[in-house]
Amino acid sequence: MDNLELQRHLDTEYRWGFVTDIEQDTLPMGLDEDVVRLISAKKGEPAFMLDWRLKAYRHWLTMTEPTWSSVRYPAIDYQTLHYYSAPKTRDSGPKSLAEVDPELLRTYEKLGIPLAERGALAGVAVDAVFDSVSVATTFKDKLEQLGILFCPFSEAVIKYPELVQQYLGSVVPYTDNFFASLNSAVFSDGSFVYVPKGVRCPMELSTYFRINARNTGQFERTLIIADEGGYVSYLEGCTAPTRDENQLHAAVVELVALQDARIKYSTVQNWYPGDAEGRGGIYNFVTKRGDCRGERAHISWTQVETGSAITWKYPSCILRGDHSVGEFYSVALTNHHQQADTGTKMIHIGRDTRSTIVSKGIAAGYGSNAYRGLVKVLATAEGARNHTQCDSLLMSPTSAAHTFPYIEVRNPGAIVEHEATTSRIGEDQLFYLQSRGLDEEEAVNLIVNGFCKEVFKELPMEFAVEAQKLLAVSLEGAVG
Amino acid sequence: MLEIKDLHVSVDDKAILKGIDLTVKPGEIHAIMGPNGSGKSTLAQVLAGREGYRVTQGSLRYLDSDLPPFSPEARARAGIFLAFQYPIEIPGVANAQFLRSALNSQRGYRGEPELDAFDFLEFVKGRLAMLEIDDSFLYRSLNEGFSGGEKKRNEILQMAVLEPRLAILDETDSGLDIDALKVVARGVNALRAPDRAIILVTHYQRLLEYIVPDRVHVLAEGRIVRSGDRDLALELEAKGYGWLNLRNNCEEPFIP
Ligand SMILES: Nc1ncnc2c1ncn2[C@@H]1O[C@H](COP(=O)(O)OP(=O)(O)O)[C@@H](O)[C@H]1O
Ligand SMILES: [Mg+2]
Repeated sequence: MDNLELQRHLDTEYRWGFVTDIEQDTLPMGLDEDVVRLISAKKGEPAFMLDWRLKAYRHWLTMTEPTWSSVRYPAIDYQTLHYYSAPKTRDSGPKSLAEVDPELLRTYEKLGIPLAERGALAGVAVDAVFDSVSVATTFKDKLEQLGILFCPFSEAVIKYPELVQQYLGSVVPYTDNFFASLNSAVFSDGSFVYVPKGVRCPMELSTYFRINARNTGQFERTLIIADEGGYVSYLEGCTAPTRDENQLHAAVVELVALQDARIKYSTVQNWYPGDAEGRGGIYNFVTKRGDCRGERAHISWTQVETGSAITWKYPSCILRGDHSVGEFYSVALTNHHQQADTGTKMIHIGRDTRSTIVSKGIAAGYGSNAYRGLVKVLATAEGARNHTQCDSLLMSPTSAAHTFPYIEVRNPGAIVEHEATTSRIGEDQLFYLQSRGLDEEEAVNLIVNGFCKEVFKELPMEFAVEAQKLLAVSLEGAVG
Repeated sequence: MLEIKDLHVSVDDKAILKGIDLTVKPGEIHAIMGPNGSGKSTLAQVLAGREGYRVTQGSLRYLDSDLPPFSPEARARAGIFLAFQYPIEIPGVANAQFLRSALNSQRGYRGEPELDAFDFLEFVKGRLAMLEIDDSFLYRSLNEGFSGGEKKRNEILQMAVLEPRLAILDETDSGLDIDALKVVARGVNALRAPDRAIILVTHYQRLLEYIVPDRVHVLAEGRIVRSGDRDLALELEAKGYGWLNLRNNCEEPFIP
């Protein structure tokens, strides 16, 4: 392979890197209790919420950043970040699309996310979070007729305080880990979903996150509850402008599935990955966890991670209810100097619980890609089963892939299977496809898409197409 | 259509082809036979443009151009097709998806409109019927888990879909049962046309019972040591390569 010619393609630009020029309401840099109080006050939160934030903040002060993962980055100075930045609107949240700043609507249009309800994404309800606040939630009324609550988190805190109080922190407590505690103290918005008993949400719910402001940490918090027999499919997408400095993103997602409920959570993560030399890019430290709290509850995580300078996330499932099911399907791609340490935890507590893990890591350029996963079967989990498949594809001699599967089994009857493969994109595969008339890019895309197929088929149709395109863009010329 | 003169090819600085002369005219079918390791696949791969197969001397002309500077995909788009001796597996890529991408890529290059999924399906099903290959082939991953015979059939299917002007079949007949051999024969005979040419690399004259070649060449130790009509194949079959007395003659070009 001619490395020089290939390298030429490597420098494709991040297409979502523009900055929106909009008036922002931003708190001064730094973090202390007053900042936490100010954030809470700006949102007009009830007392329980401020209490919880303060407890989280005080706990966070006692913690240190985790160092057990394979990602390496210079120390983050938490006093040089802004912890709140919002586009200036009349009041806290948007009441309708008509109130949303037209410049913001244009931003989302540029990103291919039309917020107008008759837009191209018909059939998908969207909540758009710009920097720290939710700017628009579509199809809200239609969903409300079914009793489905889908709104910005800050609105839920005010409108449905009992639900928030009951479930917030019940899956990811504010003491969970350094980044989750920080998020609990300063989170500014995110999405809230409640699907009532026996209701099947008729459309995909989607949140689109956009970081815009400079030196601003983004801390969203999402809480999804599917009551008994409920079903919801939820999608999360994200982009950020091209900036030379790194930006911190520390989100928390909590899912609660009660008896016979099913939550399908899909992510297409495309935060700015930094440039070819590894300058800039998002530090993505995310805690995502789902709790199958009732019998036969079912939670699936599907993620396509192509962005961010650093990805640190382990969407996990607590399989508490008997016969509950947890799934994790992941494609993680690292190019240039991107680092990803991602995987899942499947905690089997109930009887006959099942979990499936399919992880596809692709490393190109100087990218480093680690799968880290824990399958834990407690003594109570009679008949538990897990199947794990971890495949890595190396696209360059300078890229690296690692697999760290941790298995802890306390029940002798459990069946835990682990398979792992590492392959290089083969010159013979490329030649074979090229000899049929496909150029090198097309050949690489075909091979990579084939490699990711088991994960893509878990995504809702239009997002699978989106994910394929994203992979193609992220990999342009990345074979060497 | 194809004119090879005094072609020398090295792989990893090892000389493998040592002066090949071969002219193939439109409409012709040539068979190339020869013992293992004589350089048949090397010739096939160099025609398809495999990287690392270096032309060190001589010329290789296809239609009106010298081939060496062109990439494999450029050659494919100009109508060269190689059925691989050992077809490659591409996991997770459905055969149909691959065939349509390849066909559309070539059509796009020729300025023809792309076939949408429906037109393509109709077209490819016609080819499957003609070759008597099962439709289920379309939905399987490209060569993944295919038996040897299925892989060879899949090569012929690709050839029938892409309709090349110059097809090179590298031992497509090896290890096939009689039914699979007939698939190959049907594919080749259907492709046969006044403006197309076919090179059959084969070990056995068995295939030549179904496909009658215009010329037969024997390749040994990197050279064509004998050429003739189809009777040469029969003679080889009867007498074996030993009859050509290769060992004693490999240093000097053999005069056919
Ligand atoms: N990639 C390669 N590198 C080095 N030698 C090779 C390579 N491919 C083939 N050869 C050698 O070239 C010679 C011709 O091989 P090949 O063209 O495959 O013969 P055939 O197809 O007639 O059996 C053999 O000696 C083989 O070992
Ligand atoms: Mg051979």
